[in-house]
Amino acid sequence: MHPAFSVIFLTTLIGVGQGMFLALFSGQTYSAVELLPTSNSARFYATGAFIALLFLVGGLIASFFHLGRPERAWRAASQWRTSWLSREVIVLPTLMMLVFVYALMHYFEWDTVLFTNAKGARLQLTLVVACFGMLATFALFICTGMIYACLKFLQEWHSPLTVINYTLLGTASGFALTTAFANLNAPELMRFYAIWTIIITSAGGITRAASLLRNAQLKPKSTLQTALGVRHTKIQQKSMGFMGGSVNTRDFAHHKTALFLKNIKWIFIVLAFVIPLLLLWLGMQRRDTGILLAAFIVQYIGLLFERWFFFAQANHPQNLYYQTV
Amino acid sequence: MTQLALVIDLNVCVGCHACVTSCKEWNTSGPAGFMTDENPYGKDPTGTFFNRVQTYEFGEFPNTETLHFPKSCLHCEDPPCVPVCPTGASYKRKEDGIVLVDYDKCIGCRYCSWACPYGVREIDEKQRVMKKCTLCVDRLYDETLPVSERKPACVLACPTSARLYGDVHDPDSEVSVAIRESGGYQLMPEWGTQPANHYLPRRKTRKQIHEDELVRADNPLKKEQRGPSKPISEPTLDDSTSW
Ligand code: SF4
Ligand code: SF4
Repeated sequence: MHPAFSVIFLTTLIGVGQGMFLALFSGQTYSAVELLPTSNSARFYATGAFIALLFLVGGLIASFFHLGRPERAWRAASQWRTSWLSREVIVLPTLMMLVFVYALMHYFEWDTVLFTNAKGARLQLTLVVACFGMLATFALFICTGMIYACLKFLQEWHSPLTVINYTLLGTASGFALTTAFANLNAPELMRFYAIWTIIITSAGGITRAASLLRNAQLKPKSTLQTALGVRHTKIQQKSMGFMGGSVNTRDFAHHKTALFLKNIKWIFIVLAFVIPLLLLWLGMQRRDTGILLAAFIVQYIGLLFERWFFFAQANHPQNLYYQTV
Repeated sequence: MTQLALVIDLNVCVGCHACVTSCKEWNTSGPAGFMTDENPYGKDPTGTFFNRVQTYEFGEFPNTETLHFPKSCLHCEDPPCVPVCPTGASYKRKEDGIVLVDYDKCIGCRYCSWACPYGVREIDEKQRVMKKCTLCVDRLYDETLPVSERKPACVLACPTSARLYGDVHDPDSEVSVAIRESGGYQLMPEWGTQPANHYLPRRKTRKQIHEDELVRADNPLKKEQRGPSKPISEPTLDDSTSW
């Protein structure tokens, strides 16, 4: 498929936003049960949630560049019964609302303690909102992943690994940003986030490698024989019916060499996984915001390459009909 | 239930592109608006088409065969392009099975074109909505047209009658008979889309001649001892014809 930059930015940006919100949610949960020191809520959680919201908004804006008729985008909420894209269109604004409310509540410190148990664990109002936000975050990861995973003849995408990778990679990048952010605003939480970022990034590396291995072994189900219905081993296309380009030649191919594709693969493995892990470890030891921020930025750039590759690698069966001018 | 569709006879198609041009002519002048052409006379011409004819060759020289292959939306009975559409702009009509796009609802997200394995949905770069074959739905029910012309434009234009049109659910329709008796098949059956359009394969008409048919075995007239005429020395018709 042709990797469209609007979709690459949409999926990576909302991934960061979702991951960062999950990071805040887990930080707050851990401190609610007193596994972590409580941080200054207004500074840390409110600002953190606003940053997450910015990434979600950025993703939303990027998505509009993909649409031919963005002014009608509201219509896309109507087919949630059958379409994962429609479900995503509903869940994304819902999540943005929840993150916004969560940020406001922390900012104005509307944070009644609803319940305290004997050991001192507290249930705050913000945590209830955050629970709904957490559900929306996972729902959004599932929707985004399923948009691709549900297309069965795009065999490279048609696998649970697609959803898992979207979830883990988005979460990893969000946690990475939160680590750098925590080092500035809540240094006592930095180690907690850094270790989780390392764990999630490694897990994402493993599942992404699993999908690379899976895709390397795929055997296309459709062939020129089934596409034309001609039972012959030697079939050649002589003409695609026109000499200029068409949507079919532009939208479904990356027009790059196999070598280029292979290079991108190694670039994203190094940038999204190897270097961030090293930088995180180093940044954690030195408590250096600069290094931790660099880990996030390098990983984000790596994920842009990863997403480019994700699209480029998928081979649409319609390409069988477009093999020669 | 009715399922209108085309049956395309690859044995007859000569690859003249008359269906392509008549389709474009009818549909670019239709109520849904023009079908964009960009740089039609320039360096990189590109445009929106509902129907395209491609050419393939199979076999190895000298035993090669040319296959002209027209392809437009196949109006699948289980169309994967419909449920993915987030706006409901893509739909399949209950009454006649035609798959259509509502150009006023489409947001141009291209998701349906990803979901069609046949690559027959084309985004119109100027109108920025998804377009595809309508089976000339604006001709089929138009009572101002003579009955014989209430057919898709491509079917009327085809000089070799390679394109048949009708209801593939009616077992006695011209199209069902053709599919049944001439080996009609569907494209990419592996995805379970059940395309309504079918293709008839290239067919050879062959005569089987056995060796004993090469030698004249008997002449019924001779048997009755009644030669056609007096024996003559030069070759006669009797030597080359069987009576
Ligand atoms: S051929 Fe493609 S566009 Fe037409 S109904 Fe089938 S899947 Fe949909
Ligand atoms: S391009 Fe239009 S018809 Fe296709 S899925 Fe998007 S909204 Fe539906």
